[in-house]
Amino acid sequence: MRKDKPCILRVEDVTMQFGGVVAVNNFSMEEYEGEIVAIIGPNGAGKTTAFNVITGVYAPTNGRVTFDGRKVIENFPRGKMKKGYLGENAGKYTDHLEPTPDKLTALGMARTFQNIRLWKSMTVFENVLIAKHMKRTSNLFSATFGGNRAEEKRQRDEADALIETVGLSDVRDEPATSLPYGKQRRLEIARALATDPKLLLLDEPAAGMNPQETVELTRFIGEIRDQFHVSILLIEHHMDLVMDISDRIYVLDFGSMIAHGTPVEIQANEKVIDAYLGVTDDA
Amino acid sequence: MKQNEKKVSWISFLLVLAFLGLVFWLDQIIKPTNKMYMLMTVLQKGSVYALAAVSMNLLNGYTGLFSLGHAGFMLIGAYTYAIFTIPSSARDTVYQYFDAAIRISFPELLSNSMGSAGTVLGVAIAVIFAGLAAAFFGYLIGLPVLRLKSDYLAIATLGFAEIIRAVFQWQKLGPITNGSNLLKNFMRTSLFKLKVGDTKLVFSTFVPVLIATLSIIVIVKLVNSTYGRAFKAIRDDEVAAEAMGINLAKHKMISFTVSSFFAGVSGAMMAMVLSIAQASNFKAAMTYEILLMVVLGGIGSTSGSVIGSFLFVAASEWWLRGLDSGKFLGIEAPGIFRNGFRLVVFSVIIMIVVLFFRKGIMGEREISDLFREKKKAKGAAR
Repeated sequence: MRKDKPCILRVEDVTMQFGGVVAVNNFSMEEYEGEIVAIIGPNGAGKTTAFNVITGVYAPTNGRVTFDGRKVIENFPRGKMKKGYLGENAGKYTDHLEPTPDKLTALGMARTFQNIRLWKSMTVFENVLIAKHMKRTSNLFSATFGGNRAEEKRQRDEADALIETVGLSDVRDEPATSLPYGKQRRLEIARALATDPKLLLLDEPAAGMNPQETVELTRFIGEIRDQFHVSILLIEHHMDLVMDISDRIYVLDFGSMIAHGTPVEIQANEKVIDAYLGVTDDA
Repeated sequence: MKQNEKKVSWISFLLVLAFLGLVFWLDQIIKPTNKMYMLMTVLQKGSVYALAAVSMNLLNGYTGLFSLGHAGFMLIGAYTYAIFTIPSSARDTVYQYFDAAIRISFPELLSNSMGSAGTVLGVAIAVIFAGLAAAFFGYLIGLPVLRLKSDYLAIATLGFAEIIRAVFQWQKLGPITNGSNLLKNFMRTSLFKLKVGDTKLVFSTFVPVLIATLSIIVIVKLVNSTYGRAFKAIRDDEVAAEAMGINLAKHKMISFTVSSFFAGVSGAMMAMVLSIAQASNFKAAMTYEILLMVVLGGIGSTSGSVIGSFLFVAASEWWLRGLDSGKFLGIEAPGIFRNGFRLVVFSVIIMIVVLFFRKGIMGEREISDLFREKKKAKGAAR
């Protein structure tokens, strides 16, 4: 654990309850700057839900998320949930902070999606360029009437540079959806990087990839961390990839965290082997 | 690459200029008594619908918001324009049953001090005012409505458009809107004439075409700007757009308000071309017609919307007229070619077009792409 570095993300007691189902129960984690942290767990363990809470897609039923030293999300059981709340730590949090995903992205959190979500009608270049929209300083009028030429040019140059860095220059003007799967993933990561994030969240980056592509991706993620100085939080099923690049791992099962530690510790953990690497259907 | 883009915009610019020149020339030589005057009517009405269709396309095609409130915003534009350009001498005859509440006429006010230049400026101000009024109501309606998606948004906007129409016909608002009676005698295209020295210049068609052209250029510029790209991102994938830092509520509102603004401008043009403004003209059917033009031209293509509108207007107002009046393409058959037959043929044509051009005439391409593709092919040959 790199405790000497500042904490980039702190999740405290996050509980997400849908109706009577507790999808994530009392989940806490920390990530320090420059780390690669993985969340693993069997299907339906609540990994993606936890992810969606951190990125602002869902407001948690209870709990708090602190990002880059700033409290960004906090909620407590309110309204209908007040009576029906099944989780723990009720009453510990009293604030209500529920930003939309774009606000969190503006603070420096960028994500990719499990089922690739590129803008389908657009080229590789445009996909990266649009992610630069957030960084604009021009208003509607100056943008429409060409008062932002310099900014426009800078955005285009930055997008081109980024495409070059991630190795997609040869397909720059191809429609995004015409790329092979591995390159679409790469593009989605490049698009997230275009927002200049401090924390990059990857939701199953190796899903649907063949072994060759997975090896390339593993190398790519390592490169990104070093080149762009980002911290990375990822959800993954491919054990090879996770054990290879993660500094630390959190293991979820049925919504609760059952273990956390270094890859070596996790590989030796009895509980994890039972729940995940053992005789479950999806192993 | 950059050089190429510059060339494309130059060619487009020159083409637009040539078109405006042609319209100006036609305006001088084709008098209302001329047999070819139908062409001018088509140009006038076509430019009204072209702007309406392009502004609807900004919402439906580029931002992916399926809105059907266009007729309502056009109505606001038409009324605002009409009310603020009725000369004081005509006001009492127009507001027969009411005591007119708004007693300002921009063209009149400005022409008192600036002559005919003031009239021109007054008309321009009234048109912009019409757009602003529509944009303001667009903003208010957008606040609750833009939380909805797809079909629900369509129904809600359609409902609001009908409410607007009902309110404008309300007798209690008579001093402003003239109740359910029509507004007339305001600045209309047939009055757009200017005496320069000894020659009398006519601008009856040129003015609406010019307003439409300028407005469409602005919309194209917006669509190609960073905001336009954000709109397209929202259309393609809202979740991804939000995750990439695009504020959905804000951008949808921008698109909706800008679209309403230009709908208002096209409403003002509609008023000046038809020389009347009456709320009962702006029914939902008008929105459907505009939607049809957008779909015919190609959702997500500005040039498609323009082509679609002109073809639609030309076919329904001009080329197929004979089907209603007994003689079509030299065939005389009063038994078949009588009132209403035109609409039958028209519907069939539309069905055929939609069957053969699944994505509309232009798909998602633009006319300017034609020059671009040629250039590319040349480069490849080398």
